Amino acid sequence: MDAPHRPIANPVRSIFEQTLREDSVVVNIGPSHPATHGTVQIIAELDGERVLRSDIHCGYLHRGFEKECEDHTWHNLIPYVDRLNYVSALINDFAYCGAVEELMGVQITPRCRYLRTLLSEYSRLVDHLTCLAAGLMELGAMTAFLYLVMIRDFMYEHLAALTGARVTYTYGRIGGLARDLPAGWLTRMEEILNQYEDFISRVHALVDRNRIFIDRMRNVGVISTANALSYGYTGVMLRSTGVPHDLRKDTPYLAYAELDFDVPVGIKGDNYDRYFIRMREMDESVYMMRQLAQMLPDGPINVDDRRCTFPEKQLVYTEIESLINHFKLVMDGPAVPAGECYVAHESPNGELGFYIVSTGSGTPYKVHCRAPSFVHMGGAHLMIDGGQLADIVPTFGSINMIGGECDR
Amino acid sequence: MEPPLFDGLKQAIVPASGPGVVSHGILVFVLAPDELLPTVRQLRDAHGFDIFLDVTAVDWIGQVPRFEVVHHFYSTAHKVRVRLKVRVPEADPSVDSLVPLYGSAAFMERECHDMYGIHFRGNADLRPILLYEGFVGHPLRKDYPKQQEQPLVPYRS
Repeated sequence: MDAPHRPIANPVRSIFEQTLREDSVVVNIGPSHPATHGTVQIIAELDGERVLRSDIHCGYLHRGFEKECEDHTWHNLIPYVDRLNYVSALINDFAYCGAVEELMGVQITPRCRYLRTLLSEYSRLVDHLTCLAAGLMELGAMTAFLYLVMIRDFMYEHLAALTGARVTYTYGRIGGLARDLPAGWLTRMEEILNQYEDFISRVHALVDRNRIFIDRMRNVGVISTANALSYGYTGVMLRSTGVPHDLRKDTPYLAYAELDFDVPVGIKGDNYDRYFIRMREMDESVYMMRQLAQMLPDGPINVDDRRCTFPEKQLVYTEIESLINHFKLVMDGPAVPAGECYVAHESPNGELGFYIVSTGSGTPYKVHCRAPSFVHMGGAHLMIDGGQLADIVPTFGSINMIGGECDR
Repeated sequence: MEPPLFDGLKQAIVPASGPGVVSHGILVFVLAPDELLPTVRQLRDAHGFDIFLDVTAVDWIGQVPRFEVVHHFYSTAHKVRVRLKVRVPEADPSVDSLVPLYGSAAFMERECHDMYGIHFRGNADLRPILLYEGFVGHPLRKDYPKQQEQPLVPYRS
């Protein structure tokens, strides 16, 4: 027998029980809408096609990331960290490992430091390509979408050759990396970067001065500098309003202090600025990757620290100390000294911070992720209200909300 | 190397519980609940802390007071971070909301309210944000069992 049909309770309570005006209409967009790439629900009150006010709900991808972290060893939760911003999973890995290493007082090896920087920039490139491709496709620029996604797929396959996975890599390790570069990896990288340059110039030519594109993007989704700061905006969102805020320059981490690069900023804080900043940042990332490929030193990729680095497999099978070390690292987890720290990296979306608390055991007492997407959603109504209903799509696309990171 | 701003801040802000300390590059102040709002206002207006980065809580179950509400701030001018920690008791886990000072407080405090049941006085909109309407309990509290499920849609048997 089937259970009697019961209506499913509404997961959200809108603030618009009462409309502002008699003739206005409340529409619900999402959480699963073909024109929004991301699981988010926007309840908008409309006057014709103009948005009077909007109420944004996240949480449809909430899967208890922080709760799950408290039940695993510091190592075991790296795959979960991957799934926060799944478009640039490597940056999540490195930010999280960086936080744990900070608390342990571990200094990573020079080769690991340069490789992490190179791969962070690679991830930023992939993330921006995805965001731009999706945003352009939503405006009907199918050719530009295919160009960008084609390059992105070369990069995915190239990263898979290094890490073994296309999207969620689980490549970072506390105190190092999972494995070193395979032979010929940097040569292939240079080939892909050359193809990237060819195709990105085609996208510039197709889109930058395109009348339709400008009309849909210029002066749409505008946010002022004051509002952006007040609403905690970071990354591309804040830079689009003209603030040259970039953690890679302001509080240099990894190898960024040794690199030459510019921080592009916008003039108006609108969708067009965000498009152009992402395009420029990709060029800067390519420039940095080429510098790093030259600077990359030889040497080990993992620190020689028995608290966090796994011993050589050969030694585990032949030597009792290494066997015990391996066993303790798997069963108890790395011993992170009691304390707390907050480490932030510049992710493609903004400041990605990890606030971790340890009581001295092999499992975290608390792992909190400061997700830029979530904070950006908190002020997204400022960019939507007063605009056209159809402009929600490009504006939301230019925020680049990533559900995995926003909802955790 | 400590940023020069930290010395000035340590002199300007002296909470009842003792002076600020630098931990892993961040200046940390431990405040009483009623010191929070004036301190944040001072940080924002006199010391250029223009970004309210994050608020979360730590559940020190078994300790009194039980919860520790943790705020992070960033100054785009000085490029440094400050952490403020406030202990609140289990019986009345409430602190002042920062909504009057920062727009970002609205969403982030909603999340902290969801997860830990911290009440932010002055935040008029504490509806669930990551959880759903009608969810019972606060999942990041240590006494909320990890396996406990509250499905909104009944499971098919």
